[in-house]
Amino acid sequence: MTTTRWLLLWGALAVACAAGLALGPVALSLGDVVRALLGGGDSQAASIVRDLRLARVCLAVITGAGLGMSGAALQGTLRNTLAEPYLLGVSGGAAVGAVLAVVAGVTAAVALPVAAFVGAATAVGLVLVIARVASGRADPRILLMAGVVVGAFANAAIMVLLAGAGENTVRNALWWMMGSVSAAEWASLRWLALDALVAGAALVAVARDIDLLALGEDAAAGLGVRVATATRRIFLLSALLAAVTVAGAGLVGFVGLVVPAIARALGMRRARGLLVSSALIGATLVVAADVVARTARAPAELPLGAVTALVGVPFFLVRLRRAA
Amino acid sequence: MIRVHDAVVRYPGARVNALDGATFDAPPGCITAVVGPNGSGKSTIVRALIGQVPLASGALQVGAFDVASADRRTLARTLAVVTQREEPVFPLTVREYVMLGRYPHHGAWSALGPADATLADAAAARAGASDLMARRTDELSGGEWQRVRLARALAQGGDVLVLDEPGTFLDVAHEMAAFELLDALARDGRTVLLVSHQLNLVARFASRIVLLHRGRVAASGPPADVMRGDVLEPVYEWPLVVSRDPAVGAPVLVPLRRT
Repeated sequence: MTTTRWLLLWGALAVACAAGLALGPVALSLGDVVRALLGGGDSQAASIVRDLRLARVCLAVITGAGLGMSGAALQGTLRNTLAEPYLLGVSGGAAVGAVLAVVAGVTAAVALPVAAFVGAATAVGLVLVIARVASGRADPRILLMAGVVVGAFANAAIMVLLAGAGENTVRNALWWMMGSVSAAEWASLRWLALDALVAGAALVAVARDIDLLALGEDAAAGLGVRVATATRRIFLLSALLAAVTVAGAGLVGFVGLVVPAIARALGMRRARGLLVSSALIGATLVVAADVVARTARAPAELPLGAVTALVGVPFFLVRLRRAA
Repeated sequence: MIRVHDAVVRYPGARVNALDGATFDAPPGCITAVVGPNGSGKSTIVRALIGQVPLASGALQVGAFDVASADRRTLARTLAVVTQREEPVFPLTVREYVMLGRYPHHGAWSALGPADATLADAAAARAGASDLMARRTDELSGGEWQRVRLARALAQGGDVLVLDEPGTFLDVAHEMAAFELLDALARDGRTVLLVSHQLNLVARFASRIVLLHRGRVAASGPPADVMRGDVLEPVYEWPLVVSRDPAVGAPVLVPLRRT
């Protein structure tokens, strides 16, 4: 891909972020935003930008970048253009963890992300164990099926958990399950950003393995990849990235599906460029989706996951038709 | 040089060994063909060579490396494998695809450089794929794809080539071209091991044929020693005769009708 296209990707992200800081129930001018970021301007604008929208945009960037990279890595490794973190049960696991925390009445700010982490990690472990028991090795198709099964089980578990819960709890849990970056807080953002950075860098480091695994297991093995180990590693890193995003923003679907496809349409073919561009495109899309979520029916706010799904579902159907 | 010594492989859950003490050598400078009925263990040898199935006992040696203990990436610089099937889900340009053969020579962060590009070009030229470099892998015909895959294997730079059914999906002309290329590559001093169903074809190109039967070597040696009715008939469990082709003088297997 040419330098121009990379510049365009960065430019698009910058524009989305600027819109994310300026637009909302209270519309600000770009001048207000810049002044607020530099520490000046009137106190109301400064408070809106620095205390509310900046954290929100940052969480949207982390969420989009994480989901985009996770999808790109999973699609290559599983040799499946329909693969994305949500298909692999990670979201389900994370949601179970979070809903469990909400239902148990745990209110500490740190509890929800941690619970989601634990749930996602448990789901990943389950998927890997099921796949290993079923096929004796890391067969991508079995992994995908195991992911679907774990996801379905997680859904059922959530229904059971919510059945006896109070109205307020159900409302909170549902809101979170529909995805949102409105609750962004600096305290948890720092850790999410660090996790996402480390996992993302680790994925970029194994990008060549992803390129070779995309040829098929035997071809990859012939080119020096330790297939089972590499598959497991990529799967866990992708799951970790997805868990970070779920912990921060709840269930934001279809980003991991749409983003790598856009990156490929832009001419990214090899995994390293695909991963990095997917991070940029994903961040841009989720920041933009969040702008839509908070302006489309202001002052009411749409769930972020609903906005991404409204875009993602038609896209999924078109892709499904092309794949069939 | 490939050395298979008393190799035993059993797939999980299987009742019999896929390889049951097979022993043979594939020397450098010639084509060695592994033949045998379905399920005789041909493809298992290829999968064992690339570390996709472990040996229960015995040893596999490629050049100076013991396959079981060698680092996979180091081994891939000596041993290149063209597997039976490979359908990239995500198309690459042919140049990008051939360059994948240079990956085993690099760590995670070292960049592929002009030297790799030169080697990839040379590999493509050797495999007759130079004019395809700007194409995309999903636009190639069967014959072109096979040449491109061979170019990628040559770009790995090793001197041991293993091919699983290299003639599959190829018409007569492309098949002959592929085998002539393999013959030329072997004459350069490479070890060429190919797994094939096509006994008549390998009998014309291979210097040695290894006949597998239920995971064991039923016969091995020059084509004249293996391409015999009394050797092949009990292995394939089908009545057949071996005659001599009047035009090229090679042994020709003709399966007979039972009715």
